[in-house]
Amino acid sequence: MDELLPPLLNGTALGALLLLAALGLTLTFGQMGVINMAHGEFIMAGAFVAYVTQQVIPSSDLSIPLALPLAFVVAGFLGLLLEVTIIQWMYRRPLDTLLATVGVALILQQAALQIFPAQGVPVEKPSWLDGQIDVLGYEWPLRQVFTIVLAAACVAALAAWLKYSSFGRRIRATVQNRDLAETSGVATRSVDRITFFVGSGLAGVAGVAASLIGGTNSQMGVQYIIPAFLVVVAGGIGQIAGTVIAALAVGIAMTFFAYWTSGSLAQVLAFVLVVIFLQIRPQGLFTVRTRGLA
Amino acid sequence: MTKFTTRLPLIGIGVFAVLLLVVAPAVLSEHWISNLGKYCCLAIAAVGIGLAWGRGGMLVMGQGVFFGLGAYAMAMHLTLETAGPGALPGFMILYDPLAPLPAFWEPFRSEVFTLVAIVLLPVIVSAILGYALFKRRVKGAYFAILTQALAVALAVLISSTIRETGGDTGLSNFKYFFGYVLNDEANKLMVYLIAAALLVVCLLAVWQFNRSRFGELLVATRDAEERVRFLGYDPANIKLFAFVVAAVMASIGGAMFVPIVGIITPQEIGASASILMIAGVALGGRASLFGPALGAMAIGWGQSSLGSSWPEGWIYILGLIFIFVILFLPMGLSSLFDRAKGLIRRSSDEPGPATPELREVVK
Repeated sequence: MDELLPPLLNGTALGALLLLAALGLTLTFGQMGVINMAHGEFIMAGAFVAYVTQQVIPSSDLSIPLALPLAFVVAGFLGLLLEVTIIQWMYRRPLDTLLATVGVALILQQAALQIFPAQGVPVEKPSWLDGQIDVLGYEWPLRQVFTIVLAAACVAALAAWLKYSSFGRRIRATVQNRDLAETSGVATRSVDRITFFVGSGLAGVAGVAASLIGGTNSQMGVQYIIPAFLVVVAGGIGQIAGTVIAALAVGIAMTFFAYWTSGSLAQVLAFVLVVIFLQIRPQGLFTVRTRGLA
Repeated sequence: MTKFTTRLPLIGIGVFAVLLLVVAPAVLSEHWISNLGKYCCLAIAAVGIGLAWGRGGMLVMGQGVFFGLGAYAMAMHLTLETAGPGALPGFMILYDPLAPLPAFWEPFRSEVFTLVAIVLLPVIVSAILGYALFKRRVKGAYFAILTQALAVALAVLISSTIRETGGDTGLSNFKYFFGYVLNDEANKLMVYLIAAALLVVCLLAVWQFNRSRFGELLVATRDAEERVRFLGYDPANIKLFAFVVAAVMASIGGAMFVPIVGIITPQEIGASASILMIAGVALGGRASLFGPALGAMAIGWGQSSLGSSWPEGWIYILGLIFIFVILFLPMGLSSLFDRAKGLIRRSSDEPGPATPELREVVK
């Protein structure tokens, strides 16, 4: 038990971070079918928002809670800009959206590299996250707990928003049958835009959490995008429950692999695991039934 | 007239071969020959991508993996050849002069094994991955993401195993190429000519492939996979074959890259390198015969000239190329030629056949 507990707890925290990164993707990829490779750079943008907020408000106790909504808005507007300028012309070509957003990702990375120092910037964690809590004898760092709480809060908020708000209803209607939704008076174009805003905004929140755990630099988006997509692929598109389970599973599995072997081998094994999993369930954990042949 | 138009690509390949194999060595300096050789290697991989992606609709975002397999197979052999029989490669001696050679290095002492491995390794990896994915009908973005994830995983794996593979510094300082001294001008020219000839062979292979029934089926699978299935074919096998061929071409490109450039590192095979290969194919025209090769050469040239003289700007240009080509010219620059041809045809009132190049990939 003593040997299993630390990787389990660390893995849950990594899973929560992956979940935050993937949550916005389930919305944009799952609900809208848009593959946004710049999502990782929106995470990066969120992390840099945390840094900039800290430069303006030196007290990290205050700046981090303030950075969360700010990062949401900044990343959200970046997403909105992307939707309006590029993605809206390519809804019928999902694979091409992927490539066009790769171009956007390259540009955003280079821009970050030129605006901020190349070696990255430090983000101070607030003093109320300095400490550990004792879990069965293991000193669990509070910032890991914070990531989990933040992820849980985001999942709950997103799920409630999709399920109970009238806007969420309109999103689900658009996903299930766009034509019918349109004839029923749903403005599907503005639904698309707001969905994209929220999905990208969640990446910004993930970025703030990531800045407290790993480094904040121009290449950080690249680190998160592939695992996040693997989570979405394994979780099944359009299902928050699937994403939650897949994120935790991938996070815990990677941490255990890293404990047993090495960090790099863990990535290879996680990849193999996802491919094997897709043999059993090619559509992911949970799926929405659509009318398409697939 | 029809006979002439069907022969046109063959004539094009012929002209291309003469330019690469006869004109270029006569005109260009040693420095540019070596650069052109590097572009040829990237073009070989791109020809394969054109087949898998342009004709087959499989967005292979991890061709760096297969490029890397070929490159590292070749690099390991050249490293051992440089070290001499029974000796350890230089970088291993640095870490531990007494350590035994890792078991997977040993067979690469053999020239025959290396050449076979360059072809067989990518076949095995791509066949397993392709079989697993295509049979379960994993496609589209899922396939793209998974191939890219594989490229990331391999690059990370290599950069973390410094003792076995040289890690981030990669493998370099090769002195011999199958018995020939690499630092000799004539031998360098020979290596270039091999790469250029291989590119021409790959173009011929893809040209023949596109004309065959199998090529027709591949395009059909891209445009209407379900219909192909209902007609009694198994789209998985068709796609698998194209994917494996693309992997072998990437591997050959990687293998020739090593003696020409003289170094292979994980950066050359990771996610961004794989994306760079895609950029060339997209720019040139994914479904055309020459588009991928010429596009890859253009991107390769941009990378080595602009990329070193003006690196910040080059990344922006690369990003903009992606956005603009995909947004406005999804079939690449070569579709401009086809459109021009279409205009001429329309004016002469001669209905031309619908070419697979012109069909927009809309799903």
